[in-house]
Amino acid sequence: MQNQLIPLHMLPVGCFGKVSVLTAADHVRRRMLDLGFIKNTVVEALRRSPSGDPTAYQVRGAVIALRSEEAAQILVEIC
Amino acid sequence: MGLTRQSTGLYSLIIPKQKRQVPQDFVIALAGNPNTGKSTVFNSLTGLKQHTGNWPGKTVTNAQGTFTHKDKNFLLVDLPGTYSLFANSAEEEVARDFICFAKPDATVVVLDATCLERNLNLALQIMEITDKVIICVNLLDEARRKKIRIDLAKLSEILGVPVVGTNARDGIGLAELKNAVYEVATGKRKNNPLKVTYQQVIEKYVDFLQPELTKLLQDSFNTRWLSLRLLDYDPSLWQALQEHSGFAPGQNRKLSGLSAAVQKDLSIREIKARDLLIETIITQAEAISARTVTYETRQPNALDRRIDSIVTSKTFGIPLMLALLGMIFWLTIAGANYPSELLSKAFAHIEELLTAWFQSWRAPSWLHGILVLGMYKTMSWVVSVMLPPMAIFFPLFTLLEDLGYLPRVAFNLDNFFKKACAHGKQSLTMCMGFGCNAAGVIACRIIDSPRERLIATVTNNFVPCNGRFPMLIAIATIFVANNPISYSSLGAVLSVMAIVILGVLLTLLVSRILSRTVLKGLPSSFTLELPPYRKPQLLRIIVRSVLDRTVFVLARAVSVSAPAGAIIWLMANLTFNDVSLLKHCADFLDPFAHLLGLDGFILMAFILGLPANEIVIPILVMSYMSQGTMLELDSLTAMRQLFIANGWNPLTAVCTMLFALNHWPCATTLLTIRKETQSLKWTLLSFLVPTLTGFILCFSVAQLARLLGLA
Repeated sequence: MQNQLIPLHMLPVGCFGKVSVLTAADHVRRRMLDLGFIKNTVVEALRRSPSGDPTAYQVRGAVIALRSEEAAQILVEIC
Repeated sequence: MGLTRQSTGLYSLIIPKQKRQVPQDFVIALAGNPNTGKSTVFNSLTGLKQHTGNWPGKTVTNAQGTFTHKDKNFLLVDLPGTYSLFANSAEEEVARDFICFAKPDATVVVLDATCLERNLNLALQIMEITDKVIICVNLLDEARRKKIRIDLAKLSEILGVPVVGTNARDGIGLAELKNAVYEVATGKRKNNPLKVTYQQVIEKYVDFLQPELTKLLQDSFNTRWLSLRLLDYDPSLWQALQEHSGFAPGQNRKLSGLSAAVQKDLSIREIKARDLLIETIITQAEAISARTVTYETRQPNALDRRIDSIVTSKTFGIPLMLALLGMIFWLTIAGANYPSELLSKAFAHIEELLTAWFQSWRAPSWLHGILVLGMYKTMSWVVSVMLPPMAIFFPLFTLLEDLGYLPRVAFNLDNFFKKACAHGKQSLTMCMGFGCNAAGVIACRIIDSPRERLIATVTNNFVPCNGRFPMLIAIATIFVANNPISYSSLGAVLSVMAIVILGVLLTLLVSRILSRTVLKGLPSSFTLELPPYRKPQLLRIIVRSVLDRTVFVLARAVSVSAPAGAIIWLMANLTFNDVSLLKHCADFLDPFAHLLGLDGFILMAFILGLPANEIVIPILVMSYMSQGTMLELDSLTAMRQLFIANGWNPLTAVCTMLFALNHWPCATTLLTIRKETQSLKWTLLSFLVPTLTGFILCFSVAQLARLLGLA
């Protein structure tokens, strides 16, 4: 059974998600692909900024902070 | 420097001709992700034999250096730090074009040992273009500390190119790296690099396109790579190809036809070529990393995470940041006093000697006036006021940068900047601006989104720099504080703080307005890497901050303040109808200045203070006292009396402070903006935005105060 997909910014801090769909287009999409947000990549939501946004994610060994607008364009499966 | 656009070919300047003419010279490109210690590798290889400039026509920095190994000379070109070569930004375009079209004799790819997988992505992309690659796995000590082990021999075996492990900051592995570069560049070692094989569908398209490209371009370019890029339609690449080969792919009927057929097929079958290309490369990188990297601990980044949980926590994050920055400012202001005084005494002593020397050969007094009282005095004033704070501020700031703390500040504050349509990293360029606006403008390079970078550049002047702080403090102390004797009175501190807060608010407001108006169309994106914390390298910090920032800023300040000194002296000493030129100008400006709550002399002092804001108050004092040279009053009390005698009231003080915060950037900053943006338009905008803000603010405050009968 497939888990429900949620946008990455809804992934609770401390949880892992597996990238399923990238809805971003153009420039943002290319940047995300380069950073390793490709299908089946496991991403961990590390922490949120004290001002509420952005959120830092562990992806392929690096820590990358994304704003909620950008993270919303990555759909993940909670795992 | 010397990298201007006056040459014919694009790359003939990047690789100086005279160097190419020596046959034993080799050109080596240095590539790598940001934050991999690439610049440390560059510095350790080249030492001080380097120079920087911009890539022709681009706002991207270009650093080159030379080194000698065995009997050969090498020219090392430091490419901008990039994540990939898919040309998402000007930086990536520069790196791609250089490797593909300038054809360096070898390319060194620096990888971060603590994050090998992500870094391999770039290495594989570069190996697709050229065989002459050397992999440098840097930061091995950090990896060891995190209990990450990398099998370098196996990595070399898999990749088919030499792999050298280094610790560039301790000089470990550099000799080996030079050997590998030597062998690859001279052709003594032939590489057999791993080539990524794509899914069948992609390979089929390549088979379809490559023969035609090979027929057209022969062996001069890597046609497999160009075919792959043709799938991922990228106009910038075709433009670059045309520039370097003279061949215009768009004008070739057959190729255009084939390319259009491929694009059509891709869209019918809903294939996103770029996704497939990147996915294959990243999966490959993942597989290689799995075979060569062993983690001896389950959580290699445990320490980084623990530090992050404090410095970016809801409770401590922002207070800790304020405390750290506050401490840096305090150390700068408190620590600079004594050396400033020493310097100014030393300069005064030299001035006496100079004057004596001029008198010894009965030099005409105008000559002594222009050279000593004008140029020398202004220049020495600027140096003694600017040098000590910068020599303290920049190393401290670089220390935080080296530790890896600064991206966390951007992370903490980004939400405020997001609301202003700006980038969180602008908080860092603003901090830098407190030290010096020119340095702040240079720091805007760290913002990789074009729109947000311009916003940060244009608004940097809204934070008062080291040169304006003393002016703000002096005026606040003598006018706002009730008791002029106690200089540290609460009122003065509060009013300076209010000015700083106003500057920050104006920055955010103007950023938002700019983003919605003139900068609307420019692309924007936000990703912020939080790199691992690193042990700072104290010696490198001092050398780098003194050489790159302090000397750089100071040299520009001196070069503008000396001629300005001569002009100021002439204006104050040339008289028409027994009245100095300076007073004529001030009288002319007076009605307009009055509208702004200032007087003609104040406005004139700001205009003449264009070279450096530090000289505004001395010019003003000099004009009021009708003296021919700049001078400093012994006490603030005397200054207060002088100002009041010249018609100052509290409104004048408030408006002068507001105008000090909001007026044109100094000449050094303007020159820097011109150089960084490569555009007269943005330089002009950076001049107008704070100036108009200042006019509007001062005008409103002055008129309102007069209307209410407060002044």
